[in-house]
Amino acid sequence: MQRTDRWVGIALALLGLAVLWSARAFPDVPGQKLGAAFLPMLVGAGLLLCAFSLIVRSQRGRAYAEDSARAAGSEHIGSSLVIIGSVLAYVFLSERIGFLIIAPLCLMAGFLAFRIGWRRALLWAVVGTVVVHFSFYKLLRVPLPWGLITPFY
Amino acid sequence: MDAVATAFGLVFQPYVLLVIALSAIYGLFVGAIPGLTATMATALLVPVTFFMAPVPAVAAIVTATAMAIFSGDIPSALLRMPGTPASAAYTDEAFLLTKKGQAETALGAGLVFSVLGGIFGVLVLIVAAPALAEVALKFSSFEYFWLVMLGFTCAIFIAGNDPLKGLVSLLLGLLFAVVGLENPAGAPRYTFGNADLTGGIPMIPLMIGLFAMSEILRYAVVVVKPEMATDRPFGNVFAGMWTLLKKYPLQLFRGSALGTLVGALPGAGADIAAWMSYGMSKRFSKEPEKFGTGHVEGIVESGAANNSALGGAWIPALVFGIPGDSITAIAIGVLYLKDMNPGPTLFIHNPQNIYAVFIVFILAQLLMLPFGWGAIKVAKRILRIPAALLMPLILLFCVVGSFAINNSLFGVVVMLVAGVLGFFMERWGFPVAPTILGVVLGTMLEEHFFSSLIKADGNFLVFFERPIAGTLGVLCLLIWLWPVLRMLRRRSG
Repeated sequence: MQRTDRWVGIALALLGLAVLWSARAFPDVPGQKLGAAFLPMLVGAGLLLCAFSLIVRSQRGRAYAEDSARAAGSEHIGSSLVIIGSVLAYVFLSERIGFLIIAPLCLMAGFLAFRIGWRRALLWAVVGTVVVHFSFYKLLRVPLPWGLITPFY
Repeated sequence: MDAVATAFGLVFQPYVLLVIALSAIYGLFVGAIPGLTATMATALLVPVTFFMAPVPAVAAIVTATAMAIFSGDIPSALLRMPGTPASAAYTDEAFLLTKKGQAETALGAGLVFSVLGGIFGVLVLIVAAPALAEVALKFSSFEYFWLVMLGFTCAIFIAGNDPLKGLVSLLLGLLFAVVGLENPAGAPRYTFGNADLTGGIPMIPLMIGLFAMSEILRYAVVVVKPEMATDRPFGNVFAGMWTLLKKYPLQLFRGSALGTLVGALPGAGADIAAWMSYGMSKRFSKEPEKFGTGHVEGIVESGAANNSALGGAWIPALVFGIPGDSITAIAIGVLYLKDMNPGPTLFIHNPQNIYAVFIVFILAQLLMLPFGWGAIKVAKRILRIPAALLMPLILLFCVVGSFAINNSLFGVVVMLVAGVLGFFMERWGFPVAPTILGVVLGTMLEEHFFSSLIKADGNFLVFFERPIAGTLGVLCLLIWLWPVLRMLRRRSG
């Protein structure tokens, strides 16, 4: 925790500086001494101060209570990357290829990353897509994109 | 009285009752699955409530959260895994009771005292909210400014064990709130020329990311294989509850009262209420040595506390628009979307809606008895559903839900970024609740600060001139200076 605190502190300090630097350009409220820059300035200064305290504290080696609720177990970075990747894929591809194609692919990727068997994954990918499409497109009238299959719609 | 009659009419409609029943089942399910929290249940509900009238929309949230906080107790007793963080305080106690062959007592006490604590919280809400609204009608920007500051202070000092990290979380939240055109000067801030960002960071996708997406990532990274503590069918979970009630009336009252109070404090919700109540129960118990060995007393007190916190959290949310916990932070967003802007005027212009919310609250608590009993009956089957199957489905729901708010992929991007942020914040020990408070209250803070400033005309003492504003202000300053004062006293002593 101390080492991450130090790195997080450095990152926060940079963020604080960036906020302070960018806030200079914000205009004042006409007739007032303060304006749009006030809150960002305050946030930037606060971040800088907190960052400084975090770094100092981590240097002194004071161990602060860590959330002990985190369960023990082996870590899988890969499956979380698959999850993030599938959302990115949805963002970039859904308009082009359509919900009914991208959604089952995303679901499949997630199931397989979590070690669900092929056949079960395929079944639930289809069922999940149909249920979500029905409830959001039909019932709630959310315009989910048709993409490639627009001509068949 | 007319308003009350209208309120009953608003609630007792087939459609609203159906919504309540469905959200009850949904809440019980989400609460019972470890890794899915009550806040996540709320965040995922919002895209659906988006398309409902105000009363059913709020009814869905109120019912689902009440049920979820109770059903979080179920996997605590059976798997030694809290279904929601609110059950974590007494998870070991409940599990050890089950191991001793008293699963019925653990689950029954969880259910019955959740209901009683919940009703206590609702009654306080019903009495306190309109009374506070009367007072709040006289509030000016000075009082609101200090209330927001007091809210931030509570969130930092109560919501986590590390105020410094709490402050960082709050500042990040304020930074999010700053984005967009909505500020006193009407100038674009941190929009980077992006049209989507001029409207600010959309609140609901942000919440879905922080509370749902982050949980999915957490699940993906850490794999835990729990084991069921008992395989025999359950007997009557209500057996012996009357005896418990007669044995621990003080514990029930203390837990409910503390829970309601902690719930009403901004930034602290059911989970913190449960931890504090459990600690209090042990401290004042006649048999503290039994705590941690499968003793029901702590479950009675903190089980009541976490459900009463839900009602308590709605008090500042409805009266001042200041959320009492993360759930009401999301609910406030829904209220704004439904033209039910929280504030004292809500009690004057739309009293029927407020009364309808109260009725729904009571109804939800009463429904918890039969529905909760049913949930315990099918608990083992629910807990056998592999989370690996649920998580990708929830992810799709997050994606489509974030899209549905503005029919824009920008919402999905915000959700993803917030999810990754929420994941790392939890991992590095930064509490998420202050961030939410910063996002929700940032605009309000700036608005009230500037109108106060214009009225004050450069004289900062005006911030303390009105009696209530002055009291709130001094209270804030005292809490901020407390660590310094304590340090000074220690040095001189």
